[in-house]
Amino acid sequence: MAKEDVIEVEGIVVETLPNAMFRVELPNGHRILAHISGKMRMHFIRILPGDKVTVELSPYDLSRGRITYRSKS
Amino acid sequence: MRKACLIVAEILKRLEEHVQPGVTTWDLNALSEDLAARQKAKPAFKGYHGYPFALCTSVNAEVVHGMPSKHRQLKEGDIISIDFGVMIDGYYGDAAVTVPVGSVSEEARELCRVTEDALYEGIRQVQPKHRLSDISHAIQEYVEARGFSVVREFVGHGIGQQLHESPQIPNYGPAGKGVVLKPGMVFAIEPMINQGRAEVEILDDQWTAVTIDKKLSAHFEHTVAVTENEPDILTKG
Repeated sequence: MAKEDVIEVEGIVVETLPNAMFRVELPNGHRILAHISGKMRMHFIRILPGDKVTVELSPYDLSRGRITYRSKS
Repeated sequence: MRKACLIVAEILKRLEEHVQPGVTTWDLNALSEDLAARQKAKPAFKGYHGYPFALCTSVNAEVVHGMPSKHRQLKEGDIISIDFGVMIDGYYGDAAVTVPVGSVSEEARELCRVTEDALYEGIRQVQPKHRLSDISHAIQEYVEARGFSVVREFVGHGIGQQLHESPQIPNYGPAGKGVVLKPGMVFAIEPMINQGRAEVEILDDQWTAVTIDKKLSAHFEHTVAVTENEPDILTKG
């Protein structure tokens, strides 16, 4: 089987939801549901609406993602 | 699942016996389709992401996903990897062997031997409480200690109601990472090992992967289940 890498995209957080979930808008206009990576939780990295974040998507389900990085700004 | 795997094992054995100088890879593909049809099993690869054949036949420097061709006649001294899978009653089985055509060079035999042994080194790690990457690590250790290299671009995989399921199982990497293995999990483990450099490139047909230095590559695969005790090699036949 060919190795499939996760897709990484940049997005903007538009809404915070319960359970450390976020609504993130991608550059293509799609809005996806994203959770926050465990490592970011451990380091208490806060994410607020308007933050620019890096999201990992699985090729199998493009409507959900995992936030792995919050751009500093 | 066991049924699908047994069919794969049986068909691979028949194909193996059929390999000899002068046979084309097309003939092997036709035979595999015929044998699968007789068992009422659906060839798993045909149509998978648009792959047009039932069988992958990768000769010499071809690593995996070699396409059967009427013009590809096997010669004495070639090595050919035959990769085959079927679906029956909703479940998949997947396995591969690399076989010598007639008598082959000592180096080619050594490569095949090490690759097959590396597969079994990986399978030995298929035990409850071990972690997924213990498999990867065992394969890499074994292969690199013998001077061969591990292909990075292709990986083993979970298998069941789909041909390729998560997780991906690289044939390299540190031990002790990834999911903890539990009885009932089933994996297709498939080391692809090169005689020379690890790098591969994909030919213009978009499928065939070949070694970048055109040296030989071998490939063995089994579908293996985690049990309470010894790993259960479902495609052993």
